[in-house]
Amino acid sequence: MGFFQTNLPYLLAGISTGGQYALIAIGYTMVYGILRLINFAHGDVFMCAALMVIYSASFLPLYISVPLAIIATALLGFAIERVAYKPLRTAPRMSAMISAIGMSYLLQNLALYVTGGLTKYYPPIPYISDSIEIFGAMTKRVTVITPIVTVVLIFALVSIIKYTKIGIAMRAVSRDFETAQLMGVRINSVISATFVIGSLLAAVGSTLFFSNYTGVTPTVGGMPGLKAFVAAVFGGIGSIPGAVIGAFIIGICENLIKGLGWTTFSDAFTFVLLIIVLMFMPTGLFGEKTIDRV
Amino acid sequence: MDSNKKRDLAASVILIALLFLIITVLEQLLPKTSMIFTVLKKGSIYALVAVSMNLLNGFTGLFSLGQAGFMLLGAYTYGILTIPVSARAAVYQYYNGGIVQFALPVFAAILLAGVVAAFFAYLIGLPVLHLKSDYLAIATLGFAEIIRAIFQWDKIGALTNGSNLLRKFPIFHSTLFPFAVSAVCIGIIVLLINSTYGRAFKAIRDDEVAAEAMGINLAHHKRLAFTISSFFAGISGALLAMFQTTVQASQFKSAMTYEILLIVVIGGVGSITGSCISSFLFVACSEWWLRFLDNSDTFIGSIHLSMLRPGFRKVVFSVVIMAIVLLYQKGIMGDKEFSISKIREKLKKKKAEDE
Amino acid sequence: MSDRVLELKDITLQFGGVVAVNSLSMHVDRGEIVSLIGPNGAGKTTAFNAITGVYVPTNGCILFEGKKIVENYPHGKMKKLYAGSDNGKYTQHIEPTPDAITKLGVARTFQNIRLWKTQSVFDNVLIAKHLRRTSNVFTATFRLNAAEEKKQREETAELLNILGLYSVKDQNCTTLPYGLQRRLEIARALATEPKLLLLDEPAAGMNPQETLELTEFIGKIRDDFKLTVCMIEHHMDLVMNISDRIYVLNFGALIAKGTPEEIQANPTVIAAYLGEDKNA
Repeated sequence: MGFFQTNLPYLLAGISTGGQYALIAIGYTMVYGILRLINFAHGDVFMCAALMVIYSASFLPLYISVPLAIIATALLGFAIERVAYKPLRTAPRMSAMISAIGMSYLLQNLALYVTGGLTKYYPPIPYISDSIEIFGAMTKRVTVITPIVTVVLIFALVSIIKYTKIGIAMRAVSRDFETAQLMGVRINSVISATFVIGSLLAAVGSTLFFSNYTGVTPTVGGMPGLKAFVAAVFGGIGSIPGAVIGAFIIGICENLIKGLGWTTFSDAFTFVLLIIVLMFMPTGLFGEKTIDRV
Repeated sequence: MDSNKKRDLAASVILIALLFLIITVLEQLLPKTSMIFTVLKKGSIYALVAVSMNLLNGFTGLFSLGQAGFMLLGAYTYGILTIPVSARAAVYQYYNGGIVQFALPVFAAILLAGVVAAFFAYLIGLPVLHLKSDYLAIATLGFAEIIRAIFQWDKIGALTNGSNLLRKFPIFHSTLFPFAVSAVCIGIIVLLINSTYGRAFKAIRDDEVAAEAMGINLAHHKRLAFTISSFFAGISGALLAMFQTTVQASQFKSAMTYEILLIVVIGGVGSITGSCISSFLFVACSEWWLRFLDNSDTFIGSIHLSMLRPGFRKVVFSVVIMAIVLLYQKGIMGDKEFSISKIREKLKKKKAEDE
Repeated sequence: MSDRVLELKDITLQFGGVVAVNSLSMHVDRGEIVSLIGPNGAGKTTAFNAITGVYVPTNGCILFEGKKIVENYPHGKMKKLYAGSDNGKYTQHIEPTPDAITKLGVARTFQNIRLWKTQSVFDNVLIAKHLRRTSNVFTATFRLNAAEEKKQREETAELLNILGLYSVKDQNCTTLPYGLQRRLEIARALATEPKLLLLDEPAAGMNPQETLELTEFIGKIRDDFKLTVCMIEHHMDLVMNISDRIYVLNFGALIAKGTPEEIQANPTVIAAYLGEDKNA
């Protein structure tokens, strides 16, 4: 019980970060499932979403600025795909990945220019930023809300993928890009939809994440982005439930490690986990096995 | 064919000698603080690490993103081993002067910087090198991050000084020093690439299955390329430490690897001369030529250019990079090398056409 | 007992629920040209991949010059086979990587040409000589292996000469016409100094004239290089002309074996394979 009492704040924080990572990880896993591309710019999209809220909140009420920023982020994701990835559709895979790295570099530098290198602070959102007490542990309400929001959004997403036309198209494209194209699936709209959904979820994740950790700097998206990607790999890339489970595991472990006083290693842990997964089960928890054809 | 090769070799030797001469003269003429020396120093260091990355990404087809980690290992090895004993108490003020109580000569330490990086690369290579393209990239990136975390850990602070700076180690004053070291190292890499092993690396890049079927041991050759590449990344890390005069683990972030990757791409994946040219261009643009963009007091006539303020340089710079990546995918040199005889041939052709 | 170069014993390859090759046993004697025929998807290339170490068989063993080079059995069978031996560790998998098998003297070509696309014709062959090197990375980098390098270059030039590719040696290999690319693949395989050459559909995409030339060519290199040849082929003229013996696969299983005359007269084969071909 003592262990539980001392570690409860970390556990709660872990579940919360896990949910936030999950929302980012879905963007990675969906894009990878369809384009076989690690979208390195996704973490920076997450950062941009936060900056948009900060800047729009300076002249708009929060209940307008937050939804506006979420929509703008979706558009940003759409634009990034059109500008940086679409021209490279037939190029070698490495080119698209380099383009993603370049895009991430561009977004970070843009943010640096806009913010002037100063840390910006996320506006406190009434209700979800309030402090509450759970089992004697003080925390923000967002800690409790995050997992709920995450689960609701994921159910919505899964039903979109399962039952709507675009969802079926997405599954077809991720199974076999070329055949789907030949069968008349409009690849470009499917890919755009993927980016829009991914960015939308990242924006929601960003709102939740920065309500908790309020400082926003240009490079703040990098680490959560990488961790979310690791979560996606851990869960089996291309698998949405996998990404979500992976994200929760990483979020919880990372915060428990912080609780043990090993803060330096809370980031490194994620990568250790990544390497263990890649070594012993390269397709992750729910990934599909592939056979190389000669 | 052979006479051309010899002529090329002679031409490059002369060119390099000329370059050294020019630098020597410049050092006499210009003040030490001139921007051109910063660019030349940093450019030559980046050229080495870019070429070492190209050896992996461009010639062996292994998409690795661990370069910053290996540079860190090199920089720390160099720093730890060369801080004069008398200065250790000051540097390791939180760790009772640290546990290393000797100092090695500069060249021995630089060599060891490479060896340590290569040793870690060997160990890391064992589990990850069989991974495919992007998984390998993310795994090596992960290792670089792990290395960075370990070096910041205060439990081994007596060795690494924790998250504090390493400083007071010997540095270079002349631009010729990093130039010479980089030139020798790049020369060795070129020799390697043109040897039977280099050809095997290219075969692996072009078609792994065929390479293996023709008797090339994939695991062995990939490990070789990875270890050798990291060796030179380690040396460039040591040079970077000397250039900066201080070392701190937190600066070797993945952003550093991305920068080097972009240099390689801009120069042309699979071109050594391309990597060299683009590292000088990259450093010159980011440190020098685009500086005016950061100056908020720029006027054209009487119009105040209000968009120019700190950070604008980097925005312009990254837009240019994106444009190159998207529109000019082959980079400056493609996979060709800059060579005197080829230019001569072209000139001759042109002459013939003109007549 | 004749001189067995290659022997497959009871080879089975299973991918999930699909049995690609089903307990195939075959052998190739020294100096022979043996063909492996069968409809598409019969498991011929998969058998080649097992011989060259690309896939590990689910069951069976492969011998090269009388020595086991590949062996694998399901655990229970392995336990029974090796009971008491091997210090009580019953499992004795032998699964070398493809390069190790090539080093022993087995070289192959590919059904879909797999040349090193950025390399010249000359370099494609020269790289295949890499495995016979005695230099290490240090001596090679610092040119302490100049004598060996020179020798390998001379051998490469000679090989290209024999195969009639010398005049195009400095071209990029992708600029060659299709037939020459196939020939270059054979040249590359020969550069590894094999005893057994595996040809995967060497005549695919060739017209009758080219096929005829290829027939002579294969016979010639067999004699010149003292090779044993095993090939997969669909061109029946080529197969019947050149083969000493033929194995016929259908749905992963061996349905017939024998001399060309025997195969042509075999009713099962005609039903499964040649029959369709004649009607077509």
